[in-house]
Amino acid sequence: MSPNIHELSPGQDIGSRSIEVTRTDLVKYAGASGDFNPIHWNEAFATGVELPGVIAHGMFTMGSAVQLVSDWAGDPAAVVDFQTRFTKPVLVTDTTGTEEPGATIEVSGLIGKLDAEANTARIDLTVVSAGQKVLMKAQALVKLS
Amino acid sequence: MTINPDLQGRSYPAAEVYDVGREKIREFARAVKATHPAHFDVDAAKALGHRDLVAPPTFAIIIAQRADAQLVEDPEAGIDFSRVVHADQRFTHHRPIVAGDRLVAELHVDGVRAMGGGAMITTRSEIFALGSGDSREPVTTTTSSILVRGEGQ
Repeated sequence: MSPNIHELSPGQDIGSRSIEVTRTDLVKYAGASGDFNPIHWNEAFATGVELPGVIAHGMFTMGSAVQLVSDWAGDPAAVVDFQTRFTKPVLVTDTTGTEEPGATIEVSGLIGKLDAEANTARIDLTVVSAGQKVLMKAQALVKLS
Repeated sequence: MTINPDLQGRSYPAAEVYDVGREKIREFARAVKATHPAHFDVDAAKALGHRDLVAPPTFAIIIAQRADAQLVEDPEAGIDFSRVVHADQRFTHHRPIVAGDRLVAELHVDGVRAMGGGAMITTRSEIFALGSGDSREPVTTTTSSILVRGEGQ
């Protein structure tokens, strides 16, 4: 069940999540999504097109960040609208063969706005990697019960 | 290579049908590190009132990017895929995508704006589920802006 609007207030924290990312995760996302742009898995190609290295798909970051909202809402189908701008790339270093992640994405969310008439809550996400905000205006609209 | 400014206003009609399968929903959910049972367990999805497994909120990107490929691969468009950076993305769900849906996407080029030596291109995919006969039901609207970087950008 989704949260009840009467128990919510703007500014309320919905929690946080830390997502570890490896090069393998990017290959899996490429396969699952069908986005095989080599900037997401080939170092030489990425640097050849003037990127600092292999970067995560923006859609990997967006897609993994929203899980905090799905879990809070109690039903992923309650997320009726979700948008973001991609401001900084998430650089994923090659840690193949080690236990270390190639990057870590920190996600936290709070209630940005409540709409009693539509019975929705807008969740504003803050998404940070390597000390930089990688998503801006990351907002998910949740249909409440 | 320069972006063709005449792209603005262009539409690409719904082409191939995308069949939403349970294993694809599970695979995509694992790939975005989602753990909600409604993506994995049919009984859990049904308990929430859904017909079948529920796709994660960004699953429609698969269908939207297939539609975008028509534009990106259109030789008339002049887009160098290796220089494409995703600038923004939005999903508006008219109803959730569930396993068993048969989806089609209509692509609309809503904006083309020159930026330095490159261009910002905004596209919108209207995704419909095919019903019986000729009926189709609006499922998701996705909008996306891509920046095609010019040299040195």
